[in-house]
Amino acid sequence: MVADRVYTETAQRARAALAGVQSAPGVAKPDPILLADNVRKNFGGVVAVDVDHVEVQRGSITALIGPNGAGKTTLFNLLTGFDTPDAGEWRFDGRSLAKVVAHKTASMGMVRTFQLTKSLTKMSVIENMKLGATHQVGERWWNGLLPFRWKAQEKLIEQRADQLLQRFKLDHMRNEYAGTLSGGQRKLLEMSRALMTNPRLVMLDEPMAGVNPALKQSLNEHIRGLRDDGMTVLFVEHDMDMVHDVSDWVIVMAEGRIIAEGTPEAIAANPAVIEAYLGTHQGKSLLGEETQS
Amino acid sequence: MDWLKILENTASSLVGIDAAYFALAALGLNIQFGYTGLLNFGQAAFMACGAYGIGMTSQYFNVSMWYGIPIALAFVVILSLLVGIPTLRLRADYLAIVTIATAEIVRLFVRSVRFKRFFGGSDGINSFSTQFRELSPFNPSKQYGIRPFQYSGYTIWTLIVAWVLVCVFGIVVFYLMRSPWGRVLKAIREDEDAVRSLGKNVYSYKMQALVMGGVIGMFSGMVFALDRGSVQPDNYSRDVTFYVLTALVLGGVAKVSGSIVGPMIFWGLYVFSDNTLRELTKDGGISIFGVGILQKSQVGPVNYMLIGIGLMLLMTFRPQGIFGNRKEMALDGR
Repeated sequence: MVADRVYTETAQRARAALAGVQSAPGVAKPDPILLADNVRKNFGGVVAVDVDHVEVQRGSITALIGPNGAGKTTLFNLLTGFDTPDAGEWRFDGRSLAKVVAHKTASMGMVRTFQLTKSLTKMSVIENMKLGATHQVGERWWNGLLPFRWKAQEKLIEQRADQLLQRFKLDHMRNEYAGTLSGGQRKLLEMSRALMTNPRLVMLDEPMAGVNPALKQSLNEHIRGLRDDGMTVLFVEHDMDMVHDVSDWVIVMAEGRIIAEGTPEAIAANPAVIEAYLGTHQGKSLLGEETQS
Repeated sequence: MDWLKILENTASSLVGIDAAYFALAALGLNIQFGYTGLLNFGQAAFMACGAYGIGMTSQYFNVSMWYGIPIALAFVVILSLLVGIPTLRLRADYLAIVTIATAEIVRLFVRSVRFKRFFGGSDGINSFSTQFRELSPFNPSKQYGIRPFQYSGYTIWTLIVAWVLVCVFGIVVFYLMRSPWGRVLKAIREDEDAVRSLGKNVYSYKMQALVMGGVIGMFSGMVFALDRGSVQPDNYSRDVTFYVLTALVLGGVAKVSGSIVGPMIFWGLYVFSDNTLRELTKDGGISIFGVGILQKSQVGPVNYMLIGIGLMLLMTFRPQGIFGNRKEMALDGR
């Protein structure tokens, strides 16, 4: 089943585009949607992120992996404006994002989710979804009292929200409080809410954390679905099976730096990666298991 | 015991001017605290903006009372910006600390001797309400209404204006909170980072909520000043803010009905318990077996103690307030 899905048309295209790319940290890609240069962030004396160069290929699913404390989430925060770096330059779709505040990146087509799911618990699922739509007329206070100015738009937004809810199989929870959803459903809600912004790049911070295995499969499908719809996906993940399953390209971070890049197959066999995860002194048997998967 | 008198006074206080100006202040506070999650502990300062706005028309500017509204609006916006710009980027608790300090600064500022020329010092400002009185279609020396809702001509005029304002702002808040704008505010209360990630300028929305809540609080201060016919700096101290907050929680936060009925019940309870205690101690204090337990002069403080106990019971057995949503409340700890 996995084999069937991996070779959909878009997957083939993404893989073909990345086929000629060398497996080396900071390597140039044929059509990058996001590229970062010399992005650095220190917390006190600790270097959290120190990335010389990285590119994310358009239309691909790129995984960002690394041991705990590698700086993956910090890099996410920096790229999306939730944190400001000490130095660096990064561009999304040709536009520099260095001085762009967090809320502007979403309207530019770059949306993120969070490691700890941020569902708005005291609002219904559908309200959560409708909040996601950008450029809403009714979100200006002076329009709030003039429903005729935003009712039509609201209707369209609601239709789109309902379609997304159906796609993510949350339609039966439509009118429930988001706080009553299970952990996995909240992940789905957060992802579908992010899609309401019509993004070109979706950045998922640990989409699988705390999700049961059955739901993981369907989350995988959903992530592939995003690529099929023409979006680029960049995600942080610890679950190596999932990374292997869905990603077209893998970027490995350790101690704030990018230490390896390559196709999932190449990464699984990369001794530097295994070393970063397990340390140099770990047994060889583990290394063997890792490469088999 | 004159039960009839106690009940009459209680009934009359349910719709009295105190309940009305509290309801206005609570409506404003509800936008900030109930819907947006901004812990504004300085609503009294916004009320002072309104009161001094119209007060200064006669004290300093010597213009028609109606200029009080734009003057007060300017005060509210300036105050909101002063408080909001440095604190709205921070976590909610900081705003609480800053606003409580701001309200005190405002009060001490307007009662200072140095600025007596503008604000009348600790004597406050009188004689700015003649224009408002002249507008009244009622005869000030006559009593209107039926018992227990019987008021003098001037009081009933203020009452009508006050409750009309409550209705207008109640409807405004109700519809605003059902609009996409209100949805953003509620989402900010839940998790502002999530809202930011979806492309909303959280900072700007918080500022809008602060100003809008402040403007409604400003009208509350105006109503209060017009009813008393004077502006006293010490009427805008911390306790006003906390009573308003109490009344709001009593009614139920994030509900328009809660912010209107809450103050009514707050004042109803207050007057009921105050009047009852006064009746009980009418002929000297109460004593059991020769041990005095309540003197006439102790009624005021004891009344506040009873109200406090009542509110504690309410919070224990009905934490969502009278109109609050229990289901919503239960989602809190998750």
